[in-house]
Amino acid sequence: MSGGMPPYVRLANEIAAQFAHRPAADAATAIANHLRATWDPRMKRALIEYAQSGAQDLAPAAAQATHHLQSRP
Amino acid sequence: MTLLKEPDFGTPARPGAATIELTVDGVAVQVPPGTSVMRAAKEAGVDVPKLCATDNLEAFGSCRLCVVEIDGVRGTPASCTTPVAAGMVVRTQNERLGKLRRGVMELYISDHPLDCLTCSANGDCELQDMAGVTGLREVRYGSGVDAGANHLDLPTDSSNPYFDFEASKCIACSRCVRACDEVQGTFALTIEGRGFDSKVAAGAGGSFLDSDCVSCGACVQACPTATLQEKSVVELGMPTRTVLTTCAYCGVGCSFKAELRGDELVRMVPYKNGGANEGHSCVKGRFAFGYASHPDRVLEPMVRDSISDPWRTVSWPEAISFTARRLREIQAAHGQGSIGAITSSRTTNEEVYAVQKMVRAVFGNNNVDTCARVCHSPTGYGLKQTFGESAGTQDFRSVDESDVILVIGSNPTDAHPVFGSRMKQRLRQGAKLIVIDPRRIDLVRTPHVEAAYHLELRPGTNVAIVNALAHVVVTEGLVDREFVASRCEDFEAWETFIAQPEHSPEAVADICGVPADRIRAAARLYATGGNAAIYYGLGVTEHSQGSTMVMGMANLAMATGNIGRPGVGVNPMRGQNNVQGSCDMGSFPHELPGYRHVSDDNVREIYEQLWGTPILNEPGLRIPNMFDAAIDGSFKALFVQGEDIAQSDPNTQHVFAALGALELLVVQDLFVNETAKFAHVLLPGTSFLEKDGTFTNAERRINRVRPIMAPRTGKQEWEIVCELAQAMGYPMQYESSAQIMDEIALTTPTFTGVSFARLDELGSIQWPCDVEHPEGTPIMHSDEFTRGKGRFMETVYVPTSERSTRKYPLILTTGRILSQYNVGAQTRRTANVAWHAEDVLELHPHDAEVRGVTDGDLVALSSRVGRTELRAKISDRMPVGVCYTTFHHPVSGANVVTTDNSDWATNCPEYKVTAVQVDLVPASVPALETVVAGGK
Repeated sequence: MSGGMPPYVRLANEIAAQFAHRPAADAATAIANHLRATWDPRMKRALIEYAQSGAQDLAPAAAQATHHLQSRP
Repeated sequence: MTLLKEPDFGTPARPGAATIELTVDGVAVQVPPGTSVMRAAKEAGVDVPKLCATDNLEAFGSCRLCVVEIDGVRGTPASCTTPVAAGMVVRTQNERLGKLRRGVMELYISDHPLDCLTCSANGDCELQDMAGVTGLREVRYGSGVDAGANHLDLPTDSSNPYFDFEASKCIACSRCVRACDEVQGTFALTIEGRGFDSKVAAGAGGSFLDSDCVSCGACVQACPTATLQEKSVVELGMPTRTVLTTCAYCGVGCSFKAELRGDELVRMVPYKNGGANEGHSCVKGRFAFGYASHPDRVLEPMVRDSISDPWRTVSWPEAISFTARRLREIQAAHGQGSIGAITSSRTTNEEVYAVQKMVRAVFGNNNVDTCARVCHSPTGYGLKQTFGESAGTQDFRSVDESDVILVIGSNPTDAHPVFGSRMKQRLRQGAKLIVIDPRRIDLVRTPHVEAAYHLELRPGTNVAIVNALAHVVVTEGLVDREFVASRCEDFEAWETFIAQPEHSPEAVADICGVPADRIRAAARLYATGGNAAIYYGLGVTEHSQGSTMVMGMANLAMATGNIGRPGVGVNPMRGQNNVQGSCDMGSFPHELPGYRHVSDDNVREIYEQLWGTPILNEPGLRIPNMFDAAIDGSFKALFVQGEDIAQSDPNTQHVFAALGALELLVVQDLFVNETAKFAHVLLPGTSFLEKDGTFTNAERRINRVRPIMAPRTGKQEWEIVCELAQAMGYPMQYESSAQIMDEIALTTPTFTGVSFARLDELGSIQWPCDVEHPEGTPIMHSDEFTRGKGRFMETVYVPTSERSTRKYPLILTTGRILSQYNVGAQTRRTANVAWHAEDVLELHPHDAEVRGVTDGDLVALSSRVGRTELRAKISDRMPVGVCYTTFHHPVSGANVVTTDNSDWATNCPEYKVTAVQVDLVPASVPALETVVAGGK
């Protein structure tokens, strides 16, 4: 962990920062596509669970991306 | 000099069609304009005697052995300096010429020791050869001490660890001086004195070791006598056989003749026909091969139940059985995805392919990654997104046609020295140079080379500056509209994006620390200066926006039409010898060989049918993910092939914690490296001198690696992997490494035309090699991009979260030095330590002064994750606020302080930006100390 944040959350936030200039819906789609293409299933599951827990330190766009992952891992 | 001689035409080839016809000794020959008479004669099959001429150096005309007669020309001109002319009639042999040549030889021999029978160059000496060729039978002036004044008492300089300079045998032909100038570009040697006092001198007359000499070996190779001779030849004698192979150091991938005496390697001589190096070499490839026979080599397998236990040497069957059993037990207890492997860029394509196959077909997951994760993974991502292929666009030869060379975050004269020399040759011919780097690397100002612009940016601001360059191109009307319209897509959106004022040089000047007018001037030069080529290294990729920066450079090249022909392109300088190949071979957890995603059903089906087992359709863990998963308990076993992750990967504390959490760590390596300290199984690996396979260099060139001896461990590394797979219940078997390449070619579209037989036939092949390109593809994207249209990508600058603070006010960046290689496991076990015995911390005089640090002081280097100690080197090539070190030595362990920040797209670590503090260590502290939180 880094600063108490699970590594997959930190990584998801870093990805989200790259798409922050895009409209929220586009950003969430882009983030979800990137996670699908490059993340191990356990990391995606952990991120989804983290988002569902209501944690506040996950970037909104990343949290939105987890909804896409739930519908299509 | 070299044992097995390639043809030497005496002077370099000239470009163009062979339109000039002449006659040499009655033989008609056609050659291009500008060709020397000497070379034309050789083309006609006539050897003209020579001593000062050799075909990798321009003609010098000093020895006068090559005199010829030409109809209509007075006297006897030197054939090396005389250009051909149409209808010329040349005679190279008659009584008059013979007499002249014998006269020349008499003068040489009168001042040369006549110890041929005991000379180290006996049988490999051009002076000796020429005495025979010219029919020398007597020396009228006497010889040796009887001949009057001479140079026979000059002392021998043995200061260099690898070669001697025996001045008494020098014939002052200047070949060594010219090789240092023309080939290497270091200008370390000179001819000191005049007339009879002329002699070769290193620098200002000191020793070779104290001079600027970089020990590339070009002078030794050029020397026609025993004057400059490898110590190994002096000690072991002249080699008797040669094996052509490929260097195992950097990504240039030089071809070498391994010259042996029996089974003992005497020397490595660069191969003139090597596609990557064309006869040149550096201190590592040429001389630093001693590690292969170092007593530290582990030659038998070792196992232990716990890392606190001593190692137990076991047989191969026991080691394989132990490893297989433990891997299956761990999977049974913790799941199929609880184990994985890391492949190495230091191993062959065939060895890497075998490991990724083991992971996918035997482990049953995609948990395979490669050490390119921590160097060039952003290259793979960025170039795939924009161009459609995860590889550089050019061959090395392309730089010969560049008019503008943009070097970003790369230090070619240290990290890729043979290509660096080639680049310097082009720069000396007049190409313009732009360097973007926080440090004033040697290339910025080196003999007869000076950068037009050195943009000394702040670490971490690459994307801001590449956007600013592109902004200038777009807003000043410098876009190649025709190229963009016909070859690219998504340009309009990108043009709108990049034209925004926030990307202007004026807007980013304060961010980057580079004046706006210099950014504008550099952009104009790149866009309008002719063929413009980008060369980049880890100073691009090892950032939190490494992938974004790669895409930014691709945008710049496309916008200016600098793609698809010689002299241009976007070229990653790969750190290790087989970075390109290890990536090509399916080492990434999301890609099968040939960069095809694991989710592609059609691709998986190819392998599922061939391998007879299903392949998972979701990515596996990357290296940093493996570490995180090991710490959180879901990843329990790791097979590490030829890579020292405990030293090379960032945030040592984190890596140690991960490795310490594993239930099984298997290390396949030459040595008990830092990683092996956490291992339960050590499978001894093979050096490049024992391997049979291929490496793929930075220009996609597949080169053969041929064994000069049987594996000292008894097994090729791919055989070990096959045995492990078999012990785990999967029938993985190959008869040879050639058979593995055949499987690669069968399943990978870009390799369909590659085989060992074809490589032997062509020498090397640059992929893609297929039906359309049966001899390979030196330059990519010529007519269309691999993905069809080149895609412009918006590259938003997002500052790194790693910032200097009051507590950590400096920014540390890390890199490499010429004499050492990566974690130093190989080069530290050679005489190369003469140049770099320890890592040092370079810092600006101001930063040193305010801390009371003087040159050579021991300083503490601290970051938010760790602390280490090393010696300070005060250097004004560092900007204020930035310091630099290398990571070649475990004792100082630069990665103790680097963080787990990484590239957003690929998780390539951000080695190049770490906020640190530097403090003087009190003189009473006696030894270097490395401190990692949680242990030492």
